[in-house]
Amino acid sequence: MSKLDKSRDFGFDTRQVHAGARPDPNTGARAVPIFQTTSFVFEDSESAASYFDLKEYGNTYSRIMNPTVAAFEERIASLEGGCGAVGFASGIAAQAAALFTMLDPGDHVVSSTAIYGGTINQFKHQFHKMSVEVSWVDPDNLDAWRQAIQDNTKLFYGETIGNPTSNVLDIEAIAVLAHEHDIPLMIDNTFASPYLCRPIEWGADIVVHSATKFIGGHGTSIGGVVVDSGEFNWSNGKFPVIAEPSPAYHGLAFHDTFGMYGYLMKLRSETLRDLGAAMSPLNAFLFLQGMETLSIRMDRHVANAKAVAEYLDQHDLVSKVMYPSLEGSKYNVLANKYLPKGAGAVFTFDLEGGRQAGQDFISGLTLWSHLANVGDTKSLVIHPASTTHRQLSDEELVAAGIGQGTIRLSVGIEQIDDLIWDLDQGFLELQSKDNK
Amino acid sequence: MTTTFDVTRYQDKGTIQKLLHNTKTIAIVGLSSNVLRASYFVGAYLQSHGYRIIPVNPRESEVLGEASYETLMDVPVEVDMVNVFRAPAALPAIAEEAVAIKASSLWCQFTVINENGALIGEKGGLSVIMDRCVKVEHARYIGRMHWLGFNTNRITSVREGLQ
Repeated sequence: MSKLDKSRDFGFDTRQVHAGARPDPNTGARAVPIFQTTSFVFEDSESAASYFDLKEYGNTYSRIMNPTVAAFEERIASLEGGCGAVGFASGIAAQAAALFTMLDPGDHVVSSTAIYGGTINQFKHQFHKMSVEVSWVDPDNLDAWRQAIQDNTKLFYGETIGNPTSNVLDIEAIAVLAHEHDIPLMIDNTFASPYLCRPIEWGADIVVHSATKFIGGHGTSIGGVVVDSGEFNWSNGKFPVIAEPSPAYHGLAFHDTFGMYGYLMKLRSETLRDLGAAMSPLNAFLFLQGMETLSIRMDRHVANAKAVAEYLDQHDLVSKVMYPSLEGSKYNVLANKYLPKGAGAVFTFDLEGGRQAGQDFISGLTLWSHLANVGDTKSLVIHPASTTHRQLSDEELVAAGIGQGTIRLSVGIEQIDDLIWDLDQGFLELQSKDNK
Repeated sequence: MTTTFDVTRYQDKGTIQKLLHNTKTIAIVGLSSNVLRASYFVGAYLQSHGYRIIPVNPRESEVLGEASYETLMDVPVEVDMVNVFRAPAALPAIAEEAVAIKASSLWCQFTVINENGALIGEKGGLSVIMDRCVKVEHARYIGRMHWLGFNTNRITSVREGLQ
């Protein structure tokens, strides 16, 4: 009944274990070796020259490429359905490099407002210094995206699940709009991971991640990655920075020469080379270990998140729960479309009682870790108004979708009744302080 | 864009691998001596991996140390693969010549998409690959594409030779 077939398309769970990680041809090592080396010896001067000319795929220097990092890159590219990927020292570095590669001074970006605060800072301040301006739009309003388009608009940017208000982005509709105007769509898919949503399948052109979060899962390593679908036509006249001969690489026209791989070749051989935020081989190795269990972890993350959200939704001291998979959520329809397995495991809820209530609640927790990260196997909690967003005025907090009593959770993979027991302890602490 | 037919018919992974292994001589139609052109990158790569390269380009006299010919019909040696870097509209005529010189395959690079050209090659008994880069496919299955983080779509637990 079966026939000889050497070209099988393997499933997600197989690829998360295998993609990018073939046995080491030198030693037979089955695990990906940690190539902890700065540089690589050339066979001869001819091959050295062909590596630097990009005529042959070769290793030169670990700021630009490294075999352990490459295994990580190929694995995430496979899971996202991209043509390739480039790893970086952090998610924020990955995103900066992704934009830097495609933009010129005077260009314009349209971005969702419901995104990570670090990204807002990067766009608002760092890219402003490079004369790139950003228009901020309500991600839920397609007309707002359309109206923000200018002649010099070169990019649409948003997050699959917005931070911190858990907006679910209508990726397909926004991608169609972007492509009608020859503009690429870049999506930060950190909160979903490629297991819950693959933006490229909905038309996104570039996907970025903070690998620090669910990709690794263990909270040991900082890293980021840029994945390219390979589908965007950079030679449409809007992107001379990619299509025209590059003075930074002896006149090479990246899109013409490398076709669908042109953007990533430029990202690696120019932007990474010149900005230098390379991922370390050890971190790539740790991310590879994490990715082997991505689907299994994410199934538990979303099951726990849904149970916690339902528990909070019923609680008298909670005024609002912002979890898109809840039936009452305004994002429920989009969540069912883009995130049918579950809308991630990071969300916020609002306590009755404001800022003091938020601090008291957290002080009653002993299992949930009070820290500023998300996407760990351990459950994490933070009170934005008194920590990450404490410099903001009340009005600015409201604009950011954060109330005085807002708590952000990153639900881990521990036993669910233990997580709920600890939240109960927090509510008891809150009641004992009688803040109401 | 330019295609109205199912080009994936001409992207069979098994055929691609068979051609990479069985081909010795490749006539590159449209090979340029400009070291920054994609055709030059591909020609140099294939040559360094042991294939005999025959430039077919009336505008060139010699590329990569090999004499260039005006048309496929002028090539004096046996050609296994005809590799095309030309506008899609030029493909049918090239395909007819590829059939006439009894090449065994017709490989059309990225965006060289022309259904009629593919059918001419196919009817003439040639294996046809379309909208794929021979360098990329070689690097995917035999070479070192995975060293630069590209998605080779290859999953294997078999230990292979040194690269």
